[in-house]
Amino acid sequence: MTELATLPTNRDEDWRYSDGAFLAKADLDAINHWRTLEVPAGETRREQLTQSGSANSGSTDRLRVHVGRDARFEGFYLLSGSQYQRMEVEVTLEEGAHFEFGGVTIGGGASIQEFVTRVIHAHPGATSNQVVRAVQSGMSTGNFLGRIEVARDAQKTDAAQNFRAILLEKGASANTKPELEIFADDVLCAHGAAIGQLDEQASYYMAARGIPPQIARKLLIQAFIGDAFENIVDDAQREEMLDKALHELGDLSGGSA
Amino acid sequence: MLKIENLHATIGDTEILKGLTLEVAAGEVHAIMGPNGAGKSTLSYVLGGRPGYEVTAGSVRFNGIDLLDLDPHERAAAGLFLGFQYPVEIPGVSNVQFLREALNAQRGARGEEPLSGGEFLKLAREKAGLLKLDMEMLKRQVNVGFSGGEKKRAEMVQMGILDPKFAVLDETDSGLDIDALRTVGDGINSIMRAPDKAVLLITHYQRLLDYVKPDKVHVLAKGRIVKTGGPELALQLENEGYEAVAA
Repeated sequence: MTELATLPTNRDEDWRYSDGAFLAKADLDAINHWRTLEVPAGETRREQLTQSGSANSGSTDRLRVHVGRDARFEGFYLLSGSQYQRMEVEVTLEEGAHFEFGGVTIGGGASIQEFVTRVIHAHPGATSNQVVRAVQSGMSTGNFLGRIEVARDAQKTDAAQNFRAILLEKGASANTKPELEIFADDVLCAHGAAIGQLDEQASYYMAARGIPPQIARKLLIQAFIGDAFENIVDDAQREEMLDKALHELGDLSGGSA
Repeated sequence: MLKIENLHATIGDTEILKGLTLEVAAGEVHAIMGPNGAGKSTLSYVLGGRPGYEVTAGSVRFNGIDLLDLDPHERAAAGLFLGFQYPVEIPGVSNVQFLREALNAQRGARGEEPLSGGEFLKLAREKAGLLKLDMEMLKRQVNVGFSGGEKKRAEMVQMGILDPKFAVLDETDSGLDIDALRTVGDGINSIMRAPDKAVLLITHYQRLLDYVKPDKVHVLAKGRIVKTGGPELALQLENEGYEAVAA
C-alpha cells in the first residue's frame, strides 16, 4: 500500500469502519509507519501480540510481511480494551508459502477494534488461513476487512478466510468485508462470515446440567474464541492467549454486563 | 417427591398445559404417554425451566420446595435431571469439561467439595462403561458429530455422573436401535432405581417400558392427564391406540 499523503477518513474504503475521531487527530507519520518482516525461504516466523491499552487511547499497528518460498508466517493477535485499535497485515506469499492468521477482538463501551488484512498470493501453490472472532458488548464494534489477491500465475492457491462475531448486548455491532480478487483459474478460495448472539440453546442445555449462567457464558465464549487460536502450535502459548482473552472478558462483564 | 397441581403453561399465546395434576413418590417410575401435541415435551421443559414457557397457574413442589421458583441451574443442583429429546451440540466444549463444570457447580451449590480432575475422570469412566460409551467419546465436543443413539447414551452417562434425585426423560428411547434401547434401559435402572429416587419417562411407545418397568402409566392428552393405570395401560395403548383408550 502506498504512503498516505493525508490522514485517512471514513470515506477511505480501508478505513470506513475506523474511529473517525481518532483518525482526525492522529499523527500521519505514525499512521504511515509499517513494521516489516522478511521470512527467508523454508523458514517459519511466528508473532503473537496482545494489545490492550487504556480506555481513552488508540493505536494502529501495520505489519508488512514477505514470506519466501516454502516458508511460513503465523500471526496471532488479541485486540481489546482501548478506545480504538487497528491491526493491519499485508502478506505477500512466494511459491509454496503459508500464512496462518488468528485474530480476536473483545470490545466494550463505545470502542472499536479492527483487523484489516491483505493477502497476496503472488506465486503458485501458496496457502493461507485466516480466522477472526469478535466478541462485542456495550456499544462497541468489531471489524474484519479481509482482502485476498490471487495473481494470474498463482495456480493451486488455497486461501481460506472465516469471520464470526458474537454480539453480547443490544447496541454492539460488527462489520466484515471479504474481498477476493482472483486472476488464476485453478484455485480454492473459501470465505465465511456470521454475526450472531450467544447460542441460547447451548446456554440452556448447560443450565439444565447445573452450570450457572455466568460460567456457561464463559465456556461458550472461550470455545468461540478458541477457533482463532486453535492453530497456535505451542500448547502453553495457546493457553496464554486464551487466558488473556478471558481476562479481558472478565473486565468487560464487570464493567458493563 | 414431585407434586404437580393444576399446572397451566403457555408458549406465546397458546396454552399447552391445561390443568395437569400428577404426583410421583420416591422409589417410583412413572411413564407419561400420549399422542403428538398433547404437551409431553412442554411438561418436561416447564419442569426444567426452559425460557419461553410461561406457567400461568398451578404449582410444582419438589421435595417440599417450590420448583418453579428456582432458576434452571438451581433446579439441577436441587437434584432434577432433564433428559433432552434433542440433545444440544456445543462446539468447542468437551464432554469432560462440560460435565466436570456441571458436577462441580452442583456440588458447590450443595456445599460439597469439588472433585479433582482425577476423581472426575474415574467417575466418568465408570459411568461411560455402564452405558457402553467409549471414553474417547467423552473427550470429544459435546454431542458434536454424535449419532442419534450416541447422543442419547451420552445423556445417560451425564445422568450417571450427575446422580440426580429425579429424572424427567423426554423420549430418551427415540432414535435408538434395539441393542442401544436395552443398554439405555439398563442404565436408567442402575442409575435411578433406588428408594430415594424417581423417574418420569415421557415416551410415545411401549418398548422402553419393557426394560424400565413403570409403577404407573399416565395418558396425557390435550394438556391434562386423562387416565392413570398400571403397566398394563401401556400395553392397552399400544394395542388399541390413544383415541380408543383416552376417550
